[in-house]
Amino acid sequence: MTITLLVWSGLLLLNVVMTGILDSLASKIDISVYFSLDAPEPAIKDFQQKIQQLSQVADTEYISRDEAIDVFKDKHSGDSTLVASLQELGSNPFEASLNIRAKETGQYGSIADFIDKTEFKNIISKINFAENKTAIERLSHIISVTRQSGLVLSLIMAFIAILVAFNTVRLAIYSSREEISVMKLVGASNWFVRGPFIMEGTLHGVFSSFFALSVMIPALGVIGPRFNSFLPEINLISYFYGNIWQIVLLQTAAGVALGVFSSLIAIRRYLKV
Amino acid sequence: MIRFQNVSKIYNSQSAALRDVSFSVDSGEFISLVGRSGAGKSTLLKLLIVEEKPSEGRVYFDKRDVHKMRPHEVPFLRRRIGAIFQDFKLLPQKTAYENIAFAMEVAGKPKTEIHHDVPLVLDLVGLKDKGNNFPRELSGGEKQRVAIARALVHRPDVIVADEPTGNLDPINTWDVIRLLIKINEMGTTVILATHDKEIINALSRRVVSLDKGAVIRDENPGRYILS
Repeated sequence: MTITLLVWSGLLLLNVVMTGILDSLASKIDISVYFSLDAPEPAIKDFQQKIQQLSQVADTEYISRDEAIDVFKDKHSGDSTLVASLQELGSNPFEASLNIRAKETGQYGSIADFIDKTEFKNIISKINFAENKTAIERLSHIISVTRQSGLVLSLIMAFIAILVAFNTVRLAIYSSREEISVMKLVGASNWFVRGPFIMEGTLHGVFSSFFALSVMIPALGVIGPRFNSFLPEINLISYFYGNIWQIVLLQTAAGVALGVFSSLIAIRRYLKV
Repeated sequence: MIRFQNVSKIYNSQSAALRDVSFSVDSGEFISLVGRSGAGKSTLLKLLIVEEKPSEGRVYFDKRDVHKMRPHEVPFLRRRIGAIFQDFKLLPQKTAYENIAFAMEVAGKPKTEIHHDVPLVLDLVGLKDKGNNFPRELSGGEKQRVAIARALVHRPDVIVADEPTGNLDPINTWDVIRLLIKINEMGTTVILATHDKEIINALSRRVVSLDKGAVIRDENPGRYILS
């Protein structure tokens, strides 16, 4: 059971890591709408307001033509040829743009569709969603597949854990089957017979959780810093210690539930007499 | 008090343990069930203590169909019916005293009551000095008397004894039978399943004879006749 709880906790932390990675990737995705050079600013503002009202939209960021050129100049301040060629042009060649971020990655398609159908279409010169479309869709697909496979893996581990715990308890029950049959014969209620085995299951759960934790803490001490060096956004150790009580509680509850559930199933057949 | 009504127990199409058995037992009676091995005596007793379910028919205890009882009611029924068996069914790791006390603990009786009642029943079955002995230190007859004491400790209305003398020599056999008679004289109904001809004929009480799962004779007083 200790191993099972370790695997569960491992999966929990893996989920934290995965969610962290995916969230940080997802926050980098957006749709950029570029407006034609002659688009009047009030129309763009209207458009922004309209987009903002969509339920799928998390936030929007307007970058005016002047800001765009400033950003460009800042970025390439060391490159004199580029700056000189801009001056040569005389006018500002940058288009105003609106960056839109959705609440969930799967919603970009519907936002792009909405923009495509608005009356503001004539002031829009380009929507870069189409270019990013495959990347966005692939990422949202990866996100959902990893979450689903994590869930499936958790369920499989739960099933294995129940089987293992069930067999452990069944052995204990098998060795006291004679006592159980005598108990039933002299008029013991089913709960009287179950009681000690449920207690045993509970203790199994509590001790397993304790052992799992005593393995996890040093393991995390080793893995945590290495992880941090290549994924600085995710700090496993601080997450673990920040949520230690929830993790201990969850682990113990899972262990106890597993132990009690297995005991109840294992003893069922001996209670039929 | 106890009534078997058209009871059949069929394990598979070839073998029926009981076929349409009907009879009743009054309160305070001493009744013997006789028949060869496999005649259905044990099955009948198992149906009464709800260890098995009938394929057909009903078994009444105090006007209640015991097989219609809810699972939580069955332990209470079993405390009213004390059962003893050929193989004693004592727990080997417990002393005679503890085996009897165990039956009371199981029923949730307080410690003071246990300390009071267990010596009394041990005395009743003549094992006052053997309370601290483990079953392996007791003779067959003594083990059976511990089992009887354990069955008696709930002050049951009925004692069912399934071949209680099957493993005993003649002297111990009579000790056990005399004890059952004594218990019956104190007002407890006794149902004794046996194939010991001598006991039946000497008892001269009601006899229900079974053959191939059917009642072939019910006489009071009866004798051991199987043919």
